[in-house]
Amino acid sequence: MAVAATSATDIEVVRGRRAALFCAAVAIVLGLPLWWKTTETYRAPLPYSQISGLDALQLRLMVPVTVVFTRDSVPLDDQEKLPFTVVHEREIPLKCEFLQGQGCLVELRSVQRCVECPTKEPECFSAFFSEPSAFLSQDKMSYIGPGRTAVVRGIMHREALNIMGRRIIQVAQAMSLTEDVLAAALADHLPEDKWSSDKRRPLKSSSGYEITFSLLNPDPKSHDVHWDIEGAVRRYVQPFLSALSAAGNFSVDSQILYYAMLGVNPRFDPASSSYYLAMHSLPHVINPVESRLGSSAASLYPVLNFLLYVPELAHSPLYIQDKDGAPVATNAFHSPRWGGIMVYNVDPKAYNGSRLPVRVEVDMVRVMEVFLAQLRLLFGIAQPQVPPKCLLSGPKSEGLMTWELDRLLWARSVENLATATTTLTSLAQLLGKISNIVIKDDVASEVYRAVAAVQKAAEELASGHLASAFVASQEAVTSSERAFFDPSLLHLLYFPDDQKFAIYIPLFLPMAVPILHSLAKIFLETRKNWNKSEKTD
Amino acid sequence: MAAAMPLALLVLLLLGPGGWSQAEPPRDTLREELVITPLPSGDVAATFQFRTRWDSELQRERASHYRLFPKALGQLIAKYSLRELHLSFTQGFWRTRYWGSPFLQAPSDTDHYFLRYAVLPREVVCTENLTPWKKLLPCSSKAGLSVLLKADRLFHTSYHSQAVHIRPICRNARCTRVSWELRQTLSVVFDAFVTGQGKKEWSLFRMFSRTLTEPCPLASESRVYVDITSYNQNNEPLEVSPPPTTTYQDVILGSRKTYAVYDLLDTALINSSRSLNLQLKWKRPPESEAPPVPFLHAQRYVSGYGLQKGELSTLLYNTHPYRAFPVLLLDTVPWYLRLYVHTLTITSKGKENKPSYIHYQPAQDRLQPHLLEMLIQLPASSVTKVSIQFERALLKWTEYTPDPNHGFYVSPSVLSALVPSVVAGTPVDWEESPLFSTLFPVSDGSSYFVRLYTEPLLVSLPTPDFSMPYNVICLTCTVVAVCYGSFYNLLTRTFHIEEPSTGGLAKRLANLIRRVRGVPPL
Repeated sequence: MAVAATSATDIEVVRGRRAALFCAAVAIVLGLPLWWKTTETYRAPLPYSQISGLDALQLRLMVPVTVVFTRDSVPLDDQEKLPFTVVHEREIPLKCEFLQGQGCLVELRSVQRCVECPTKEPECFSAFFSEPSAFLSQDKMSYIGPGRTAVVRGIMHREALNIMGRRIIQVAQAMSLTEDVLAAALADHLPEDKWSSDKRRPLKSSSGYEITFSLLNPDPKSHDVHWDIEGAVRRYVQPFLSALSAAGNFSVDSQILYYAMLGVNPRFDPASSSYYLAMHSLPHVINPVESRLGSSAASLYPVLNFLLYVPELAHSPLYIQDKDGAPVATNAFHSPRWGGIMVYNVDPKAYNGSRLPVRVEVDMVRVMEVFLAQLRLLFGIAQPQVPPKCLLSGPKSEGLMTWELDRLLWARSVENLATATTTLTSLAQLLGKISNIVIKDDVASEVYRAVAAVQKAAEELASGHLASAFVASQEAVTSSERAFFDPSLLHLLYFPDDQKFAIYIPLFLPMAVPILHSLAKIFLETRKNWNKSEKTD
Repeated sequence: MAAAMPLALLVLLLLGPGGWSQAEPPRDTLREELVITPLPSGDVAATFQFRTRWDSELQRERASHYRLFPKALGQLIAKYSLRELHLSFTQGFWRTRYWGSPFLQAPSDTDHYFLRYAVLPREVVCTENLTPWKKLLPCSSKAGLSVLLKADRLFHTSYHSQAVHIRPICRNARCTRVSWELRQTLSVVFDAFVTGQGKKEWSLFRMFSRTLTEPCPLASESRVYVDITSYNQNNEPLEVSPPPTTTYQDVILGSRKTYAVYDLLDTALINSSRSLNLQLKWKRPPESEAPPVPFLHAQRYVSGYGLQKGELSTLLYNTHPYRAFPVLLLDTVPWYLRLYVHTLTITSKGKENKPSYIHYQPAQDRLQPHLLEMLIQLPASSVTKVSIQFERALLKWTEYTPDPNHGFYVSPSVLSALVPSVVAGTPVDWEESPLFSTLFPVSDGSSYFVRLYTEPLLVSLPTPDFSMPYNVICLTCTVVAVCYGSFYNLLTRTFHIEEPSTGGLAKRLANLIRRVRGVPPL
């Protein structure tokens, strides 16, 4: 009887133990994955390895140069070596997220006689070697034209090709990329000690820009100011912008603001009986005016403001002083990435004999000279660094040389690539840190597109196709930013952990406690049995 | 930020051929006007109007050079091809019954319609709406009538309505060329009786805490009109100082009115005293006679009890002694009030009134509200009641506003009518007459156009318990946990066959007693 009872109890205990183990197994094998799967935040697969590869991307910028020799510009035995190809490489180490390498491919081609000089612009850079007298005066060694061409003086020398090669590289560098241009383009991505306010001056790259000219007339009682802005825009600004149109879309508008005051009171200078704005007070000038300028209702492009300020009668004439206290010749200043302000004093003769308000016709040539120069600076088209003994041609009528535009496109492409890379890398880092971010399929496809565009742009830069590289780099920026700023990323971001626990505990605690309890009991019992059997042994 | 630097002038400007022959830039003009009307109830209404007219085809010519017309609005018209835009911000309610018909009323809230109409009754109007509105004025708030626009006084009023109206106006009879007109209006009603310690006298300084000092040099017309119409013909009960140089008489909103006119561009007006502070004094205390009731006014309310059904009623009053006239009633009701159109009843003088035109567009949940438009003939001296029943819908729990027990607003209904005049007006030249009379031009002098808005309504909807989802989760989890617990218990419990034990507490107690008694234990 007792034996039967104990064996029955044993069977019962074993059955209970098996049931407990089975429940635990079901909970672990089925329940946990089910819970994990149903509460997971959706994340489409992303090319993480490629994104981290972008971080160490080395850009190779190629500048193909075709050299055309005129007949008597090189010694005869050298002519027989032609045509051949030389590659000149130069490293520009910029310590930022990635390194820049620069290649300069110099291709020396056949002996041609070039007399009818190019009317249509060549696709790549050309350097012409000419007889001494044809283009250049005696003391100049080279000439940089407004298009993509330059003329370099040929020599009759044993080492003629080497010497000329060096000159060509000098000229090609002046016309293409320099360290300064790249450093300015990457100003935002470089460590602090590398940048200066000068490099931060150009506007950030964007697919479009809005240019607003505002005439500020704080004293309409005394001045009735008229400006022919339509004509000035059509004559001076539009040609410049259409030359620049490869770099983005531009829209131009203008407005007249009355009773718009500057933020600071000008000081009176008794010596010249004029008023002046000292340089240190200029930063305070803009803010009160800016609230009147209004924001653009029609687009999201960055706005460049150009203000023409006609000082009120009580404060005129008004001059801007530089650091040394001398009046600035143009009476204008610019604010990096914002725009420019010019003070336009009314001719004092106008007040003689006439009643107020005095009619003022603004001399738009004077104004637009200043504004266009500021516009060039704000777009980062700096003064070229001309190699010694080189003659620089006058600018074309648009105020922009073709190779300056090329240089701008290079800088913008590099800047775009840096921006896109930073955006993608930050996105990847963010995803690693915050597990709640959802990545939908369309966001993922934007990321893929951005990565592909970055790679394509880098390839195009390396093979010297500037225009397509620029387009690809713009696409990289737009795609990467669309992915980064997609609102769907934030959908589950506000889901704090304490709330999760508040919801899970009522379910998980009652279910987990018996399972854990019986598992612990089973574990203890088996250890006891183990010990017992060891002892009996 | 800024850096002064001498600029190297390296850009050479070439002049394009024939560039100088350029037509005159499009002409734009600014007119500004302030109308001060002492209201029958003793309050004072002040209506500012600033009108910028620009002779430019904004959309066709892609004009982008702005002078007086604000750039922000011009860009909006050009980019989105707007035909017309009316946007108004209103705080308070124009009490037509006591104040008479307004020049231009706006619903008490924010409304804008670009080919469409929308009202946001919940929005509050405050100073931050006034500042951008003032920035649109060419003279900002530095000169002209706009110096009076001081936010702290304008918002201490019984009624405040600021609006922007943009519309194209024809430049010639066949309308082949249009100009764009921007009217910025601001109406305020000062409670003169309360703020003036029981006196009904007012002055510009007392109302706005400013006086007029100089005209806006950009305005081609800058005038102040003061309504000095006397209601009884024989004597002049009020006196305005300084005495007006001219007066203006016209038929405004169906009755003959007299206005004292002050032209700020008239240099003699301001130069004499450096500033213009208009004052109005009553020669003798105004009689507390019942003010003339306007011919058309309306009222609206919600009735019914409980949270399921209700009724929307609109009362339309026609107080004209002998003329009936039609009224266009436009109602937009949010979708969460499900209207029963078959319950729509219109009764006047106890009889059913059949509308001559009905347009009903049913609501779509979460997409569009009900739209009900009716043309109703109002019999002479009658009250017409328009009522319709509705059922309140349940919203999704995320659709409730942060304070759901406050209720949900139903936008006011709009009444548009041509009300017969008492006095026949004479058609006048549109550009010459004052701005306040040309907001709604009527070619026919025998009636005038009125647009009224009723009160916005506040309807409470059934609100759920917002902690319900969490409660449900907790309850479900508890039920699941209890079921699981007993099931688990049943599965894993081991059954032992218990030997009958040697006895519990009761047995030991009994044995103790037995031992004391000397009886053998159990």
